[in-house]
Amino acid sequence: MIVLEKRPQPSKAWSYATPLVAVLATMIFGGILFAILGKNPIQAIGTIFWEPLFGEFAFYYRPQLLVKGAPLVLIAIGLSLGFRAGIWNIGAEGQYIMGAIFGAGAGLAFYPLDAWYVFPIMVIAGAFGGWIWAMIPAFLKVRFGTNEILVSLMLVYVAEQFLASVSLGLLKNPEGHGFPGSRNLQSYESAHNAELIAGSGMHLGVVAAFVAVIFAYVLLNRHMLGFHIRLTGEAPRAAKFAGVNPARLILFCLGLAGALAGLAGMFEVSGPAGVVSIDFNVGYGFTAIIVAFLGRLHPLGILLAGGLMALTYIGGEIAQSQLGLPAAAIQVFQGMLLFFLLAFDLLTNYRIRAARSEVA
Amino acid sequence: MDLSAINPVLLVASLMVAATPLLLAAIGELVVEKAGVLNLGVEGMMIVGAISGFAISVETGSPWLGFIAAAIGGAVLSLLFVLLTQVALANQVASGLALTLFGLGFSALLGQSYVGIKPPSMGDIHIPLISDIPVIGPILFQHDPILYVGIALTAAVWATLKYTRVGLILRAVGENHDAAHALGYKVIKIRIMAILFGGACAGLGGAYISLIRVPQWTEGMTAGVGWIALALVVFASWKPWRALLGAYLFGGITVLQLNLQAAGVAIPVEYLAMSPYIITILVLVILSADKSSAPASLGRTFHASH
Repeated sequence: MIVLEKRPQPSKAWSYATPLVAVLATMIFGGILFAILGKNPIQAIGTIFWEPLFGEFAFYYRPQLLVKGAPLVLIAIGLSLGFRAGIWNIGAEGQYIMGAIFGAGAGLAFYPLDAWYVFPIMVIAGAFGGWIWAMIPAFLKVRFGTNEILVSLMLVYVAEQFLASVSLGLLKNPEGHGFPGSRNLQSYESAHNAELIAGSGMHLGVVAAFVAVIFAYVLLNRHMLGFHIRLTGEAPRAAKFAGVNPARLILFCLGLAGALAGLAGMFEVSGPAGVVSIDFNVGYGFTAIIVAFLGRLHPLGILLAGGLMALTYIGGEIAQSQLGLPAAAIQVFQGMLLFFLLAFDLLTNYRIRAARSEVA
Repeated sequence: MDLSAINPVLLVASLMVAATPLLLAAIGELVVEKAGVLNLGVEGMMIVGAISGFAISVETGSPWLGFIAAAIGGAVLSLLFVLLTQVALANQVASGLALTLFGLGFSALLGQSYVGIKPPSMGDIHIPLISDIPVIGPILFQHDPILYVGIALTAAVWATLKYTRVGLILRAVGENHDAAHALGYKVIKIRIMAILFGGACAGLGGAYISLIRVPQWTEGMTAGVGWIALALVVFASWKPWRALLGAYLFGGITVLQLNLQAAGVAIPVEYLAMSPYIITILVLVILSADKSSAPASLGRTFHASH
């Protein structure tokens, strides 16, 4: 009989090793899944993880890694702070959408004015859009004790409907011949979040993601507020005695997560996407949850996890076009990763022992 | 705008249909939460139930087999939740999210070749005489069998929780798992049974959407019904009959907004489509003041070592 023995302290070694073990297990089981779908598993896994980095067209795919990774990292950093404190914002997708709508809306309001201040205003508007959307669950939780998980999630569906509404109405391109979707911000220079170095994939959103990583690292390790966040998550009672104000913490964590998700949406719509359209959002807000956990809620870990997840997106697209691997298979693959991660986390907190014969 | 096009009898009848997936999922989750487990994977289990039910009934031509397959599909997915939370002792919130993310992807993968197909119809029950009573007949006695299964399940869960020993043990496990363990009840085993039951119910609810309410398969077709079901359990204060009432309320809102869309009310379609979600939030706010009825061990991991 095997029993679990709680470790007096979580194992440091396993806490670093579990993400790697989880990735490995996902590759194995993902390979089995691909084999069931009638694809060569080695080739499929190779295409996903190798092709974007070192394949023939890597010069094209490597910049894409930054483009896809940046929003994931930006959102996941915000989520991780809340997750650490036991504040579950799972509506980042909605905050991302609202950030994009507010950001693009601010930019389009100035069209066709050519001025330096258009883009900074869009950045502020984007962050505000995400922030205000996250403030709804935050305020309701602080004021009425409403469950933030359900409220933030419901607001994703509301945001999706709002997105449909504005791309068919308010923000619709007046010169778009009746097609849904806004003007293309890429062709409006003052509002365009262009690549800083052509062909590098490096746009301001990527810079923002790196800044967010550093900011979160400093906050968690060098600042009282970061200490309070960690304390609340690890020892809620101790946090109470230490005088941590839970309401302030909720407002801060949800607000910051919303603002970062809003920024991610704004940088996406003004750069790589260009257009506010009905299907603008592609689930970054949900994938970022996986990224946050895969990165062990640690800023540097999230940076690496964001890169890995971006790799599966890009590799998945390549596998889709080259091997005919269905898009949903990649989604399953990403979901599997979170599964294995949570499962192997057992080893961080518990020791597995063969039980001696005793009455339990 | 033509509100007279809305037929109140049909409205109430279709309200019951719209409410049934919610009810099935919520009753299942209610039992799970009564056992002290918070499974946020309802949406994932529903969508997997929706596709497994759809696929099996298309392949076999029998909606009944489809519903059985849906219950099994939902339960199998919830088995993953069991492995994560009861065996690997993982965080329940994160595991539930994982279940939903995985379920959405997995169902899309399974459903690729079923897009645009019409499933075999279940047909409505028609009881001579009482089904023909004007007004009441079409509202209450001309539905598909699964709708009545949902109501029967509500009654069964209510009676089991209230009057039987099994119900008492289940509630004990949910209220104080350490005390239940000390009394010699197998906490983990009871919770596993509850989670599997919840998974089967969510699966049925999902299949009700894909086989009866819509009926066809599209990716992500549950569109948040699983999450609303979670809210419904809170709304119901963990009481089965109140879950039924809540399901009809939400079903009513959904049907009414669809009818208003069809009648061409001056409110844009998107804003009407938002309304069920916004009303869910409002209801949660109104009810969140009272947390006294929540099972005391809800969401806490049990490990016999301490």
